[in-house]
Amino acid sequence: MKRSWYASPYALWMLLFAVVPLLFVCWYAFTTPDGAFTLANFQEFTKPRYMGVILRSLKLALYCTALCLLIGYPTAYFLAGRGFNHAQSLVVLILLPMWMNLLLRTYAMMTLLDDNGVLNAALTALGLGKVRVIGTEGAVLMGLVYNYLPFMVLPIYTVLKKMDYSVIEAAEDLGCNPLRVITRVVIPMSVPGIVSGVTMVFMPAVTSFAISTLLSNGKIRLAGDLIDYIFNQSSNPNRWNIGSSFSLIMLVLILLSIGFLRKVDPDNEGGGMW
Amino acid sequence: MKKVLALMLVAMLLAVALTACKKADQKTEEPAAAVEETVEEAAEAPAEEAEPAEESKPESSARAEIKVYNWEDYIDREVLNLFEKETGIHVNYVTFSQNEDMYTKLSTGAESYDVVIPSEYMIERLIKEDLVVELNLDNIPNLENVVDNLRDPIYDPGNAHSVPYMWGTLGIVYNTDMVTTPVTSWTALLDETVEGKIFMMDSMRDTVAIGLIMNGSSVNSDDLDELEAARKWLLDQKDSGVVDGYILDQAKDMMAGNEAAMAVMYSGDALYAMEKNDKLAYVIPDEGSNIWVDGMCIPKTTQNQEAAEQFINFMCRPDIAKMNMDYIYYSSPIKQVVEELSEEELASTAMNPTDEMVKRCEYYVDISSFKNAGVYDDIWMDVLM
Repeated sequence: MKRSWYASPYALWMLLFAVVPLLFVCWYAFTTPDGAFTLANFQEFTKPRYMGVILRSLKLALYCTALCLLIGYPTAYFLAGRGFNHAQSLVVLILLPMWMNLLLRTYAMMTLLDDNGVLNAALTALGLGKVRVIGTEGAVLMGLVYNYLPFMVLPIYTVLKKMDYSVIEAAEDLGCNPLRVITRVVIPMSVPGIVSGVTMVFMPAVTSFAISTLLSNGKIRLAGDLIDYIFNQSSNPNRWNIGSSFSLIMLVLILLSIGFLRKVDPDNEGGGMW
Repeated sequence: MKKVLALMLVAMLLAVALTACKKADQKTEEPAAAVEETVEEAAEAPAEEAEPAEESKPESSARAEIKVYNWEDYIDREVLNLFEKETGIHVNYVTFSQNEDMYTKLSTGAESYDVVIPSEYMIERLIKEDLVVELNLDNIPNLENVVDNLRDPIYDPGNAHSVPYMWGTLGIVYNTDMVTTPVTSWTALLDETVEGKIFMMDSMRDTVAIGLIMNGSSVNSDDLDELEAARKWLLDQKDSGVVDGYILDQAKDMMAGNEAAMAVMYSGDALYAMEKNDKLAYVIPDEGSNIWVDGMCIPKTTQNQEAAEQFINFMCRPDIAKMNMDYIYYSSPIKQVVEELSEEELASTAMNPTDEMVKRCEYYVDISSFKNAGVYDDIWMDVLM
């Protein structure tokens, strides 16, 4: 028996719940409600408001990915360090929030950042003025970073952990100062992890929904919210068709960015899941 | 290797068999999905004390179940326990936050509900699209209890498809500490000098209605110029930065907690917030507003119409309607309840608007067949996105 047979349950699963639905999306995207072929669904998105939503989603996802990298890389580097013995338990701590539902975490975030929430109570107690966080783009960004940070830390941590420590020792022996060890040895060798982390944060961030609506009191909506709105609330008789075409546009955007990242990490060493 | 394959096959067959079983069982015992809340049976009362339960308990041993689809925060859960105790019919209770959400769920027909409670314009649409059954009014004798002016409504002649559940108005709640001059007009929502947040509603019809009213149009306008004027009003308001958000159920808690200065709200939510914070006031603006009725209907997909009718009848019982009203603060359409309103309740704009106020309010009608129906959606997307 061929070894590839072992994957058949998964293949069946994918066929039923990924390929078939995707075909449905394609079908709806290119047809009218009567089933006739059309491209008009895509024309809908030349309207400026949709471009605005897409640009806003891309911008926030980029900021989110950059912040996650800035916070996540040093964390992963610290965790993977040789002198540190409690890495496993800390990794569990990083994973811990992910055991909770994303919406619950976002509601918790609302309580923390609210005008009369924990953050402002603390600021007031310290004699500092209140800050208005909820309802701003900053709040949405914080929500995204909070929710997706673990996806950045883990792949980088895995790659750094696998790294042969003797390479670093060799660099040090040859007279490299600590900063150069990091910039010339550690970072280049962890590129696969970075690529994987960037993909795993950027993808869900650019398509995220609900987080933005909740943390902005419904003022800032992202691409995911738009698709959700079109499918669920719009009174447009073509809503499934337009929603599908927009989903396809997002899909293509994501495929393009994956293609771009593949160029950076052709062997996919980061163990990327995407 | 063959063994592994055989094992896998067996596992798959088992899985198929199990799902098949589940399907067969579904009528009596639906597996509770994550979002669905099943009502726990009240365990405190011992059997002999629950007298009414004895007489009316059905003989059949199979437990009947109905699925009720209602607005969020729109029932006293205790009522469901009572219904279960008295009839033995289990209530699977699920909620929606907007008429349009409910419509999507219902029109795809993927899930079957036994009772839904949308607003009048949505009921009109459901009837038009043949998504709700004609009620057997013999099973709903308590329809007699409904006040005369809500019987035989225009959207559903003869109450053939719906029985009123609650009614109310759309208006502005404001905090009299933060907004010192009494609000009388929707223009208050443009006041940039207000210290504190101003919230609009995350609801297409209700928000577009304000834009229409401010330009002197009907809330059911099908005139493109009028609709464009409404769009301009709403976008100007948004661009001026005066709006702090478009929200629904959070608004009442924010108002109650002094976190916002002003919010567009339904009367019952307003009353709820006012009960918790005596600095709040509710006003139906002078320019006019919306008055609405939510009614109980039975979708075509019902599995148990008789039990659903039993439920509707139960909700129209005066003691039950009173329980509900006292809990959710909306105005009950049940005569006996109205007659027993307290002085304070009678004086409340939110609970009991004067005839003059009601006169300047307008019901929504179903716009789905309008020439410019798509414009409503388009305006709303411009406001939201």
